[in-house]
Amino acid sequence: MKHSVIQIFVSLVIAIFGTNVQADTIKLGVAGAHSGDLASYGLPSVKAAELVVEDINAKGGILGKKVVMMPEDDACKPELATNTATRLISKKVHVVMGHICSGATKAALGVYKDMNIVTMSPSATNPDLTQSGNYPNFFRTIASDDAQARLEVDFAINILKIKKIAVIHDKGDYGKGLAEFASKFIEQSGKATVVLYEGVTPGAVDYSAVIRKIKRSKAGAVIFGGYHPEASKLVSGMRKKRMKTIFISDDGVKDDTFIKVAKKYAEGVYATGPKDVSKHPMTKKATKDHQKKYGKDPGAFFLNAYSATLALLNAIEKAGTTKYDAIRTALQNEYVETPLGKIRFDRNGDALGVGFSMYQVKNGQYVERKE
Amino acid sequence: MMTESFSESVLYFIELLLGGLTRGSIYALIALGYTMVYGIIELINFAHGEIYMLGAFTALIVSGIMTLHGYAGMSVFFTAMLIAVIYSSAYGFTLEKIAYKPLRNAPRLSPLISAIGMSIFLQNYVMLAQTSDFMPFPSLIPDFECLSWIDYMIGGPELVILVTTIIVMICLTILIKYTRIGKAMRATAQDKKMAMLVGIDINRMISATFVIGSALAAIAGVLIATHIGQINFYIGFIAGIKAFTAAVLGGIGSIPGAVLGGLILGLTESFATGYVSSDYEDVFAFALLVLILIIRPSGLIGRSELQKV
Repeated sequence: MKHSVIQIFVSLVIAIFGTNVQADTIKLGVAGAHSGDLASYGLPSVKAAELVVEDINAKGGILGKKVVMMPEDDACKPELATNTATRLISKKVHVVMGHICSGATKAALGVYKDMNIVTMSPSATNPDLTQSGNYPNFFRTIASDDAQARLEVDFAINILKIKKIAVIHDKGDYGKGLAEFASKFIEQSGKATVVLYEGVTPGAVDYSAVIRKIKRSKAGAVIFGGYHPEASKLVSGMRKKRMKTIFISDDGVKDDTFIKVAKKYAEGVYATGPKDVSKHPMTKKATKDHQKKYGKDPGAFFLNAYSATLALLNAIEKAGTTKYDAIRTALQNEYVETPLGKIRFDRNGDALGVGFSMYQVKNGQYVERKE
Repeated sequence: MMTESFSESVLYFIELLLGGLTRGSIYALIALGYTMVYGIIELINFAHGEIYMLGAFTALIVSGIMTLHGYAGMSVFFTAMLIAVIYSSAYGFTLEKIAYKPLRNAPRLSPLISAIGMSIFLQNYVMLAQTSDFMPFPSLIPDFECLSWIDYMIGGPELVILVTTIIVMICLTILIKYTRIGKAMRATAQDKKMAMLVGIDINRMISATFVIGSALAAIAGVLIATHIGQINFYIGFIAGIKAFTAAVLGGIGSIPGAVLGGLILGLTESFATGYVSSDYEDVFAFALLVLILIIRPSGLIGRSELQKV
């Protein structure tokens, strides 16, 4: 009872506030977890949007109009997310930056789709959101869960030209999920085959039997999904058996502990890892602004949210209108400079140039490969 | 699915066999500690895996210090091994005095809980005193030149593991069968009261059992750490569980049983991985355990309770 009273009060306040807003503004909805257990994922996106909107309004806004930000909470719950979406629509938002969690995003997307509202998430990583093709109104500035597997497979097949690949994982959610994507992509490519698909038990005394099996499969490369302790055991075991099989892994292995433990055997190992954007001038500016305004370092997905807000507002400016089709076309065709780099979006809504790079161990250090 | 010549298949089989024997030897060395302690005080010493881990850590520290002072090669290996054995034996000795001796006449569940407590304590102690990260362990055993033509089949460390295990088994058998202390230990295992009456200091015998078991665990710890090149505070847990399984498989309380159980478990895991899938490695290992316990409830060469007395 108490809750609903507060909710009514809050919505009244917002309603009063809403009527005061000039009719001629660009309305940016910001949806996500702003309360509850997962608020730490959602609140940084609100701050990111605030900073961007402040900057843009200080420069005179977009298309001569001021930008107004409208945050709405979904607590990362799919059942609340549809209400959140409906509330934003009733406030006549033009575009939405959000939601945060994949489940909530999926629930809300249907509502936005029916109303032709472009939605861009800084953090929803579920591959289906873009790849299913069900949500032409959806975009995101974060790489999807299968992005690492795709990069690993592309790298092995197209750059290293490998025909036989062994896919190994550590039976965990992260490693096995990645391995499943990787073997799916290898089969789909038609250019290489999965000659071995195995899970190893983390913490087992040794992996000699699996290593012998890899050798027997005559694989040109191993794609390993998992973390560095297992990876270093596998790599050093393989190298001690004089196997030159290429080893490709994920950001669970792109860790300096891996090099420290596997030592000379780590040389030449490939691993995908998040692109390093810390030296980008816009990243530095965004972080500095955040520290100045809120007195602390930004939280999770801050840069993704910052970039998403920039991309949305830039698209409106380039489109010259707030019409749905025009914004979509602009997002897909116009590059925008963001802290994550210069980005535009593909047909599915995934940001091009965002996400992961391939690294290789050279002289005891991970070095980014530029291909 | 694959075309391979007959000789390649044979080679693959031999590789799996050697891999299984190596792993099995490690299980056997640890299993001996479980089985000896069980034989003498009917306690499952769940902290035994931690002794193995402590042995590996001691060797890491010793070899680190020695490398810093310019020593290299097998001298480091032997010194590290010796100090690890001494340290682990001291831990085993102290463990018994602190955690088990005061509970010797308590209900059987109490020392078991005490053992689990010690296991958790030792893990966390090493985690706090050392690190929770994985630590690189130096390859103390060099790859022997004379082995280079078959090192794709068996490397230096694996050979050392096999040879060490055989030597240790022989020494242990001689110790138990023919020496005074061995005889006294067997007497204590059979009947404590009677052993006391004929003048055996059973407290000393129980301590001796813990010391020997811990020394074997330390040897296993150092061997496997130098073979795979990494350790952390948690390695004792899985190795301990597997060795315990091996001890039960062979018949807990029986020394040849522990060795046999360890080797069978190692070979089963190796062949299950090699010919089926490593996803089912543990499934096969434990299915075998269940099967053997159904057919022979007291393990492969375990004494049944009736024969006792």
